[in-house]
Amino acid sequence: MELLAIIFVAILANNIVLNQFLGICPFLGVSKRIETSLGMGMAVIFVMTLAAIVTWIVDILLLVPFGLTYLRTIAFILIIAALVQFVEIVLKKTNPTLFRALGIYLPLITTNCTILGVAILNVQAAHNIIETIVYAIATAIGFTIALVIMAGIRERLELANVPGLLRGAAVTLVSAGILSLAFMGFIGIVTL
Amino acid sequence: MDLFLSLAIIGGLGLLFGGLLAFAAQRFAVEEDPRVETICDLLPGANCGACGFPGCINFAENIVKGSVNINSCIPGGKAVCDSICEVMGVASAALETKLVAEVCCIGSAAVAPDRFEYHGVKDCKAAMAYSGGFKACAYGCLGLGTCAGCCPFDALHMGADGLPVVDLERCTGCGICVKACPRNIIRVVTADRHGKYVPCNSKDRGKVVREVCEVGCIGDKACVKACPRGAITVTDNLAVIDSAKCDDCGKCVPACRRNIIKDVIKTHH
Repeated sequence: MELLAIIFVAILANNIVLNQFLGICPFLGVSKRIETSLGMGMAVIFVMTLAAIVTWIVDILLLVPFGLTYLRTIAFILIIAALVQFVEIVLKKTNPTLFRALGIYLPLITTNCTILGVAILNVQAAHNIIETIVYAIATAIGFTIALVIMAGIRERLELANVPGLLRGAAVTLVSAGILSLAFMGFIGIVTL
Repeated sequence: MDLFLSLAIIGGLGLLFGGLLAFAAQRFAVEEDPRVETICDLLPGANCGACGFPGCINFAENIVKGSVNINSCIPGGKAVCDSICEVMGVASAALETKLVAEVCCIGSAAVAPDRFEYHGVKDCKAAMAYSGGFKACAYGCLGLGTCAGCCPFDALHMGADGLPVVDLERCTGCGICVKACPRNIIRVVTADRHGKYVPCNSKDRGKVVREVCEVGCIGDKACVKACPRGAITVTDNLAVIDSAKCDDCGKCVPACRRNIIKDVIKTHH
């Protein structure tokens, strides 16, 4: 039940992009087409889960026992950067098709603040390893959903007759705001 | 103590990850043929797809594999082909002729009226989906500029009369616009062709063409009779001039009852 609540909150009620306003850069940058936004979403699900597990282990085994929790930010950034690089190298060898499909998005994830955000939120909420994994996957799915919905809206906007004043970035941000408003409606359905 | 501990842990993590990455880089090294990169740099980089591959990098890979003709890059032309041949160490196999796009319709809105008013999406394919297009002539240019929008070389623009105009200096003959046009009014021809051409695409019978367009070919074969070299043939009510046989004598021009036979458009050198 606890885990179900985590999943619901992470995907809908406390959506990382639309309610917590993390990862706005890829949300606006990679949401032009549904296909690319799905690719980005898959990459984020993969990296976020891995990063959450490794940062949790490092935090529990190294930082907390030695009283070095003030090193969390730099340690986590180091882990995430190395992890993304590692995934990139392995993927290039084992699955060149997926590697090319992810393209620039994979290295971009290194500096995606949702990844660091989830790692730190996990530690702050004192999640155990199961909760950490579930929270990371659910958050990444929430990110993907936000991205895909936005891409769908933008694909339709391209064919719509938008007033000249609003065309381009303006109408994108306005629709993102309305989308965020819609997701605010989930707040309060479940409380942790 | 704290200082050394933090140094050791962050340093240790750094060393660990550095070692891991070094190991991974060796263990999972991908051996890439350096020629792929070199060839990809030589290619125009427009990822136009005229070679039949999704992008320049895929084309370069297939050149190195030897599974494609080196001269398949149409936009690159002779210069690019020659430099790739140099990289690959083979004799030049360049196509000597440059290709360009030719628009086969001069039926602007002034001379070829519409059947109904269209207020939909400004895209020829979308317009075609709506009752087969708003233009009375079923073969004429809709003029919404889908072809101009898809040209990766900025070589196609919509003229003042609402018809596409090819910038022959920039056009590479890649054929993307040919595929984009739902009415097939654009074709790829050799840039060194000469003589006259019939800028019409209508396969309708003469009576129908007269009703819908003032400058459409009616296929009455007056030009065929006028041509001393037998260069003109009429198939499906549309006259076509074979530029290989045409010697540009110009006898067909006054013979044409609709006065639509034109000089082929060439670059001015």
